[in-house]
Amino acid sequence: MSVLLSASNVAKHFGGIRALKDVSLTINTGEIYGLIGPNGAGKTTFFNVVTGLYQRDGGDITFDGHALHAASPHEVALAGIARTFQNIRLFKEMSALENVMVGLHTQSRSSAIGAILRTAATRKEEAAIKEKSLSLLAYVGIEGKANIRSASLSYGDQRRLEIARALAMAPRLLALDEPAAGMNAIETAGLRTLIEKIRTDGVTVLLIEHDVKLIMGLCDRVAVLDHGEKIAEDVPGLVQRDPRVIEAYLGVAHE
Amino acid sequence: MEIFLQQLVNGLTLGSIYALVALGYTMVYGILGLINFAHGEIVMIGALSALAVCTALGNTLPAPLVFMIGLCIATCVCMALGWAVERIAYRPLRNAPRLAPLITAIGVSMVLQQVAMLFWGRSYHAVPALLPSSIHDVLGARIGDVQIVIMLAAAIAMIGLIILVKRTRLGRAMRAVAENPQVAALMGVDADRIIALTFVIGSALAALAGVLVSANYGIAHYQMGFLLGLKAFTAAVLGGIGNLGGAMLGGVLLGIIEAMGAGYIGDLTGGFLGSNYQDVFSFLVLIAVLVFRPSGLMGEKISERA
Amino acid sequence: MNKIKPTRSLLTLFAVLRGDALRKNHLGIVLIAAALIVLPFIVGMGIGNAWMRMLDFAVLYVMLALGLNIVVGFAGLLDLGYIAFYAVGAYIYALLASPHLGIAFPALFPGGMHWPLWAILPIGAVVAGIFGMLLGAPTLRLRGDYLAIVTLGFGEIVRIFLNNLNTPVNFTNGPKGISGIDPLVPGLLGSNGLYAAYYIFVVLAIVIIIVTLRLENSRLGRAWVAIREDEIAAKACGINTRNVKLLAFALGASFGGVAGGLFAGFQQFVSPESFGLFESVMVLCMVVLGGMGNVPGVILGAVVLTVLPEVFRRWAEPMQIALFGKTFIDPESLRLLMFGVALIVVMRVRPMGLLPASRRKAELEQHS
Repeated sequence: MSVLLSASNVAKHFGGIRALKDVSLTINTGEIYGLIGPNGAGKTTFFNVVTGLYQRDGGDITFDGHALHAASPHEVALAGIARTFQNIRLFKEMSALENVMVGLHTQSRSSAIGAILRTAATRKEEAAIKEKSLSLLAYVGIEGKANIRSASLSYGDQRRLEIARALAMAPRLLALDEPAAGMNAIETAGLRTLIEKIRTDGVTVLLIEHDVKLIMGLCDRVAVLDHGEKIAEDVPGLVQRDPRVIEAYLGVAHE
Repeated sequence: MEIFLQQLVNGLTLGSIYALVALGYTMVYGILGLINFAHGEIVMIGALSALAVCTALGNTLPAPLVFMIGLCIATCVCMALGWAVERIAYRPLRNAPRLAPLITAIGVSMVLQQVAMLFWGRSYHAVPALLPSSIHDVLGARIGDVQIVIMLAAAIAMIGLIILVKRTRLGRAMRAVAENPQVAALMGVDADRIIALTFVIGSALAALAGVLVSANYGIAHYQMGFLLGLKAFTAAVLGGIGNLGGAMLGGVLLGIIEAMGAGYIGDLTGGFLGSNYQDVFSFLVLIAVLVFRPSGLMGEKISERA
Repeated sequence: MNKIKPTRSLLTLFAVLRGDALRKNHLGIVLIAAALIVLPFIVGMGIGNAWMRMLDFAVLYVMLALGLNIVVGFAGLLDLGYIAFYAVGAYIYALLASPHLGIAFPALFPGGMHWPLWAILPIGAVVAGIFGMLLGAPTLRLRGDYLAIVTLGFGEIVRIFLNNLNTPVNFTNGPKGISGIDPLVPGLLGSNGLYAAYYIFVVLAIVIIIVTLRLENSRLGRAWVAIREDEIAAKACGINTRNVKLLAFALGASFGGVAGGLFAGFQQFVSPESFGLFESVMVLCMVVLGGMGNVPGVILGAVVLTVLPEVFRRWAEPMQIALFGKTFIDPESLRLLMFGVALIVVMRVRPMGLLPASRRKAELEQHS
């Protein structure tokens, strides 16, 4: 099994607060890797560092054999990491279809000149983008909602749309930040099926989640963050029994 | 050396006025995250309404008393105006997209200018010299009484503001609302009232600035607020917008930069550019600050949250 | 029999211009083309030269507003110094098609320069585009409101330079401005010039409309709107926001440069006075009132805001004298006052403008 993403000693601080303290972990190609931890443990910070939204203050990240230097978000995206956001960041005034079409930005080439002259190549690419976007909407299960303004979609559908937009970038690694937040049991079950399908189709998944049941049932391996430190990393069954994890979650007194 | 000292004095005078106006921008920005574009027009209204009062009183009373009455009435007018602007133009847009209040602010600015035009016409008005006008010679630089009054008045107003914000219940409430309006509301602070008061206090400072600036140049005009407002905003950004101390520092610094620039640009460019480029400096400073240190001199670095 | 639906036929027209429906509606295009050709004769014959001028200006402002719409409407970058690019275009035309350079540098350019329109406009577009990028570069990291102030400052800097670059070398002739500029078409002056200008303006405006519509529905146009809606998400989608924003500034500015060149040739006179902050705000009003980001809306906004003030100019004074016996408020102030009030009211009542962008989409869906 090959390593897709490896982070070693990644550190990030905001002023005096050390949000990440030397976090090291590796994600293997083809697995679903879970990242859990109590509120404020640094999960989203880690996400933002990996995806280039924050610049890290120390440590190295390699992706697919290449070092990710102080990369900006769009360069990380080009490298093959796509993400969703904890508090859903869709292009609100755009339709569902257009959202996915934006996701295909990195997968298309045509220039402004081509668009102005409406060259044959541009027209062909536009048609291909549209078709691909429609098929991605179908893939995540919202094919009938292509022309609806994305902000008007139901909460669950917005989450799905964000996943479709991320998948449009043909990523090697899909990073999902609390995709089940705010979903009911039925929606969560549907989401679980979708994530498994994505993995089966060859995309590695990094998953932050509060829903421990979902994580434990879905992930191949799980890392636990607490106060910016990794306190455990293993298969779900073992992580669940780890005393440090139990302590972090239940707040057992020290000593 | 004389030029240097002279420009330093001029810069400090101008700078203390910028600082007063900058405080208004920075207070509103700190609490609402909004650039109150119309703030410069409030300064203008302050200057012109004080002028109207002083002209009406004429020589009936001693000059300094006339000046004080003019200042007080102008302050009241501006406070009412600041309150009204917030109420009519900004409050309804509390939850609108970011561009909406900004565009409204431009509209308010235009309306205020035209209303002032209706009252005072298009001409430049000479402001009567009500303050003592003797001039002192200090190490070759000429310092007028007016300049001393301006610096003193600005300093007193700023100290008053700091005491208000740091030491009083109202100040605490203001800081709480700036920090987090929802939480402040939960703690029983009436956020709307605090925001309105912020506008009112900022407008009072603007009125003072308007009166001082017209006393300094001896002239008032319905368009005088625009450029002054823009420069004061630059000062607020320079100091770190949202930060009271920063606004004061930024104002004074900008005044000095501008005065020095105007004093030396001719020599620096071999006579190619003259002091009529004075206004360019503040914009260049603004652009430079925003490029190299967007958080300003005293601001904290704010990274956009994901 | 079907009722004629004006909005629908307008929408079809835009679809045609975009290139989506070339075969669908020949008749509609012919009718609108005929209307555009005949319009000046109706206006000119019926109402007179003053209204003809207004018509010309309306088309000119359509171009300007569409340029600003790329920056403000599509990419969501509030630019308050847009008129600077109009000024750049205008002064380039003024220098390249007038005796002025001959006065300033008699040895180099005896008699000044007198290049034709078609040679100058591309230069104006390119230079204005470069200015657009120069302005854009330092402002890329700024949030909306900061950007507004910086662009405003930039506009003022350009105006200050225009006002003062008459010494030591006379580039701009200072506050007096440059006069004696060649007309758009050599030899066509007076009312003939007004008609010629109209057709030149309309043709270029149509080119700009086509370019805008096609860009809107392209990879680049989607990237602009994505940045407007959520810059962080746009970055996460792999969009190089820096380049895409710079392109918006450059393209918007180049439209302004073209419009500026036309303005200089049309007026045969330029001075810094025409390029103040108020002009920037007025073009912004057109974009905002019409509907930010929506091309038909912006066109409507430009036309309405050019025609209405003219109507005021004609009626405001006689009306006031008839009603009150004297003039309370002169037409120019009334115009500014109305604009200010309009901005406030529109933001409060109809923040998306008269013709909002999303409504158009909804309608297109129903018909397709």
